[in-house]
Amino acid sequence: MYKILDKVELNKDVDLMVIEAPLVAKNTKPGNFVIIRVDNMGERIPLTIVESDANSITIISQKIGYSTKMLGKKNIGDSLEDVVGPLGVPAHIKPVETLVAVAGGVGAAPLYPQVKAYFDQGTKIDLIIGASNKEHLILIDKFKDIVENIYICTDDGSMGEKGFVTKVLERLLNEKSYELAIAIGPLIMMKNVVNLNKNYKLKTDVSLNPIMIDGTGMCGNCRVSIGGKTFFACVDGPDFPGEEIDFDELMERQKYYKHEEHICNLMLGEKK
Amino acid sequence: MIERTKMPELEAEIRSHNFEEVALGFNIKQVKIEASRCLDCKNPRCVTACPVNIDIPRFIKLILEDKYEDAYCTIYQDNILPAVCGRVCPQEKQCEGACVLGIKYESISIGALERFLGDYSLKNNFLKNEIIEENNNKVAIIGSGPAGLACAASIRRMGYHVDVYEALHEFGGVLKYGIPEFRLPKTIVDTEIYRLENLGIKFYKNVIIGKTLTIEQLFNEYNYKAIFIGSGAGLPSSLGIKGENLNGVYYANEFLTRVNLMKANNFPHSNTPVKIGETVAVVGGGNVAMDAARTAKRLGAKKVYVVYRRNMESLPARLEEIHHAIEEGIEFRLLLNPVEIIGEAYEIKKVRCQVMVLGDKDASGRQKPVPTDNYEEFDIDNLIIAIGQSPNPIIKKSTPDLKVDDWGRIVVNDYQTSIPGVFAGGDIVTGAATVILAMGAGKEAAIRMDKYIKTL
Repeated sequence: MYKILDKVELNKDVDLMVIEAPLVAKNTKPGNFVIIRVDNMGERIPLTIVESDANSITIISQKIGYSTKMLGKKNIGDSLEDVVGPLGVPAHIKPVETLVAVAGGVGAAPLYPQVKAYFDQGTKIDLIIGASNKEHLILIDKFKDIVENIYICTDDGSMGEKGFVTKVLERLLNEKSYELAIAIGPLIMMKNVVNLNKNYKLKTDVSLNPIMIDGTGMCGNCRVSIGGKTFFACVDGPDFPGEEIDFDELMERQKYYKHEEHICNLMLGEKK
Repeated sequence: MIERTKMPELEAEIRSHNFEEVALGFNIKQVKIEASRCLDCKNPRCVTACPVNIDIPRFIKLILEDKYEDAYCTIYQDNILPAVCGRVCPQEKQCEGACVLGIKYESISIGALERFLGDYSLKNNFLKNEIIEENNNKVAIIGSGPAGLACAASIRRMGYHVDVYEALHEFGGVLKYGIPEFRLPKTIVDTEIYRLENLGIKFYKNVIIGKTLTIEQLFNEYNYKAIFIGSGAGLPSSLGIKGENLNGVYYANEFLTRVNLMKANNFPHSNTPVKIGETVAVVGGGNVAMDAARTAKRLGAKKVYVVYRRNMESLPARLEEIHHAIEEGIEFRLLLNPVEIIGEAYEIKKVRCQVMVLGDKDASGRQKPVPTDNYEEFDIDNLIIAIGQSPNPIIKKSTPDLKVDDWGRIVVNDYQTSIPGVFAGGDIVTGAATVILAMGAGKEAAIRMDKYIKTL
């Protein structure tokens, strides 16, 4: 069993948890993820490792589906049924001097370890971080220590600029130049950031989070079309260059079990 | 000559709507009658044809003498999973295929007898107390599938401390994620594995060698003297045609894992869903294709087609599975090769197949399918790709010195890989094959590991 050592509610929908998993922690690198099962009837769900020390890993999850809501019900001292990892290919931290990083919603969590790795090698970073509203902005304080400039925007204007991250990004791209961009957030956001950057001949790395089961390349559920070729996000990714990803296909694949998710959520109502 | 005893089975109409075991097993009376048919040959061809060389005539004789426990122990010595193998071995190609009786009459139902003894021992809790003399050397087994389990048992009996590492959250490998409940009940797999724990073997779940720990770490930090890789054929082969990533298209591995390992047939009680429409096509002709087709039927599909590019006689699946599939109303659409999956709004609508004819014999001795200019299209809600698996590349990727061939199979010389002290066997070496061949390899590898450690 994998004990929850700490839990911080970042906002009403997002929790940070520190989980005891020494074997996973030991080989973890930025960009790696774990697959967890909350209980013995649980789904296997992938979550990025935000930080790790000798004994534990930190994960951040948004209580958006049944399994993440079940995870959110767990408290300090409780245990998770299964935690396996570190999975995926570690992020390829490129030797660039300037970087623009774009975070959308809870995507700030998987973005953090990568931005930190760029900071550690001396890259100058501008961060654009967006969310639906002020409450849903996460990790701002942690990011402040490692980036040059931070640009905040919210859909409702409750903090920072009102509007999407792409609005701020476009302005920045007109003002200055970057060697590389990373964008992590909802698929539609990553798609729009990649398309915008293409106009400025700026390459964008993204991190994908499709439905997975085993996470070892065995089932093929997480396949993604890139430049007409099929890749498995679990073993070939989760990070990919964004330019040739078929985001539309991926968004449809992500929705395949929407109805079943709804059935599970109804069950959650009964459990209350 | 007494006729071969027929295995009692659940009625096709009933069983095609549930996940209960299809073959019900012999009762004692049937076991006795079947055992009495054995000619007790001087040169038992069945033993040679068995990949783990079980002393078949001996266990049959013991059955006739009412010595069920001894009969079970006779099998257990060579095969630690009799209740599993009695169910899933392709006996018609092995022991039963070699049985002399089969020349003029019908062969002995050896698989059914093995299964009976396996089940009887689990039910009556026969447990031979094996005395193991500890030698204080440690070995690691990667993968808890058939190859790993067989290797673990064999080398444990030689006195080694044995740790088995499994990537998934349950033990058994393909016995858990691949083979469906209606063919191999999971409680049986668990009970047979539990017996190995009693033998003193230690099992660790959620450890992916190549990710959680590397081969190098196993040697340097954990001080294992030798390592066995039995990580199986866990990489699905793709058709390589347009439309494979449409919604509604599954690789058999995903579809079966959702149902077998994650128990999606009990959704939402079990939280992992699976989605099957009215009309399902399964591409392929092996056991996995049969398992996928029959599982789709049980999940409520009205029409299930097996789409295969050769003819009925060339189907590589176990004979019994093909019979069961036909009885359950699975339709075979033969001499068809899918060339495109057609969809609308990223969702599957139909499949387009090229009509094939049979040509000259190929290396496998079967007639080669040759494409024609004719095509057929039909509407489907799901397509399940079951055309094979290749070895899982995770260990190779983290172990540059480990030699593999062009198909990703680990290259071995007498079970020894290119890294001293690292041995391998089963599907990771041969490509996808059978449970019992993997077990045979695990068993043999254990002997080589022991020999290797003694030279250190």
